[in-house]
Amino acid sequence: MTATARKAPIEAVGRPAEPGKVVPLGRAPASRFDAGRTAASLARNVIPPVIVLLVLLAVWQVSCSGPGASLPPPSQIWTDSYDLIAYPFFEYGSQDIGLAWRVLISLERVGIGFGLAAVVGVAIGALIGQSVWAMRGLDPIFQILRTVPPLAWLPLSLAAFQDSNPSAIFVIFITSIWPVIINTAVGVRNIPEDYRNVARVLRLNQLEFFLRIMLPAAAPYIFTGLRIGIGLSWLAIVAAEMLTGGVGIGFFIWDAWNSSRLPDIIVALVYIGVTGFVLDKLVALLGRVVARTSAAA
Amino acid sequence: MSAYLKIDHIDKSFERGGVATHVLADITLTIDKGEFVSIIGHSGCGKSTLLNLVAGLTPVTAGAILLEGREVNEPGPERAVVFQNHSLLPWLSVYENVNLAVSKVFAGRKSRAERHDWVMHNLDLVQMAHAGDKRPAEISGGMKQRVGIARALAMEPKILLLDEPFGALDALTRAHLQDAVMDIHARLGNTMIMITHDVDEAVLLSDRIVMMTNGPAAHIGEVLEVPIPRPRDRIALASDRSYLRCRQAVLKFLYERHRFVEAAE
Ligand SMILES: Nc1ncnc2c1ncn2[C@@H]1O[C@H](COP(=O)(O)OP(=O)(O)O)[C@@H](O)[C@H]1O
Ligand SMILES: [Mg+2]
Repeated sequence: MTATARKAPIEAVGRPAEPGKVVPLGRAPASRFDAGRTAASLARNVIPPVIVLLVLLAVWQVSCSGPGASLPPPSQIWTDSYDLIAYPFFEYGSQDIGLAWRVLISLERVGIGFGLAAVVGVAIGALIGQSVWAMRGLDPIFQILRTVPPLAWLPLSLAAFQDSNPSAIFVIFITSIWPVIINTAVGVRNIPEDYRNVARVLRLNQLEFFLRIMLPAAAPYIFTGLRIGIGLSWLAIVAAEMLTGGVGIGFFIWDAWNSSRLPDIIVALVYIGVTGFVLDKLVALLGRVVARTSAAA
Repeated sequence: MSAYLKIDHIDKSFERGGVATHVLADITLTIDKGEFVSIIGHSGCGKSTLLNLVAGLTPVTAGAILLEGREVNEPGPERAVVFQNHSLLPWLSVYENVNLAVSKVFAGRKSRAERHDWVMHNLDLVQMAHAGDKRPAEISGGMKQRVGIARALAMEPKILLLDEPFGALDALTRAHLQDAVMDIHARLGNTMIMITHDVDEAVLLSDRIVMMTNGPAAHIGEVLEVPIPRPRDRIALASDRSYLRCRQAVLKFLYERHRFVEAAE
């Protein structure tokens, strides 16, 4: 009875809005309900991978415990690399630091290289998307350059910059910029003619058009490109660091291989995988937040 | 007396891949200040094309369009368009959509507070002031069209161009919006050109109805004066002699003399 009585005025006022959009009365019960649902979905998403992980570790342990095994079993990794696992932030010297530090150093390079790629890529993509001919002429070239593996850029980069750090950053930049350019251009191409006409009637200038219409209209495409780009960046930096040295996570793996520390390598791989996963999710989340505030449906 | 808007011997062809389609042929029409003119014709005859020419969104092939003696050759806010599918920007709220137009058109001419008042005033005109914070996706089709009209009105246009503004709406919503447009026209005395394919809508709203022949190379077949005094009331008109006569004239034109032949497409 009370429920229907409370519902009536909402429907009268906000007929066209979806039920979920009527916030004031629906919020308290919804959030309590959400807590239960969140726990359930957490269980659904966390328990299966944990079980699979445990099974895999067990199989690994069994199969690598024999005397002739070429890879260390999980138990040996735990004992040999305990320092690396338990203390991600130790600092024993300038070259002897925890893996979290190394990841952060690599991330800094990614931040610079990918940040530049994002800004330059969106700008170039926006320009290309504006012109049919630029699109036709440049798209095949970009599609080819896009497939060049990150490391193939490194020699050129080293020759141009004569220094390992800017070279590594350039490799990230050049690897991750293509999907950003291509997706932005496609997004700009797909801006409905109506929005362009609105801009023309209002006589928006180039900058206003870019900020008020183009960026929000193409945001879903741009974020798809950024998400692919950040993944490639992370692939590129680990590979590039193996060759250029320094204190990043990539060089750590190379260094460990040269001194035959296999358990350390496996721990580093886990760090790299988890970091890449988090980066991907961060960009996806950012994209969702932007899409929600821009509601570009 | 010189005409407010003068469409002077317009021709329009589209060129695509070396093939030219002649859409409009020798259109001449003059419209007075404050007049409400409907353009009616079968689908594909070139009504939207004609409106886009007046808006300046498409260039004319031959002839000229003059608004207050000045040639139209680019789009601008003095010829505001209400698009068929509202074309509100989905990432902006209702308020922001109107405000985008207001802040652009009145930049430097109105203070921030005045611009806010002007946005609210125009939302009020279409009875949408209560929904300023809503996104276009959260309001109904009729409400979106109202906001589209508010955005166009807020530009304080010399002439308001409406391209089948109510085409996608159900009959009841359409009637409400027609009343809203009539009310606005009566209050503000705007000059309006509206495209429609609804005979009743044309007769109810217009001072004159421009009837177009079928394409290709469509031209103005007939112009009908609607001698019904304003304010008009849709219920009283239902049995009004001159209303019925106008309605019949348009129907005759569309369905007897210029029947739409599907196969000719
Ligand atoms: N940009 C364009 N390029 C080529 N042909 C067009 C273009 N716009 C419209 N046309 C053609 O012009 C004719 C009239 O179209 P339109 O003005 O949209 O008709 P209406 O609005 O009366 O339904 C159609 O045959 C259409 O194919
Ligand atoms: Mg049309």
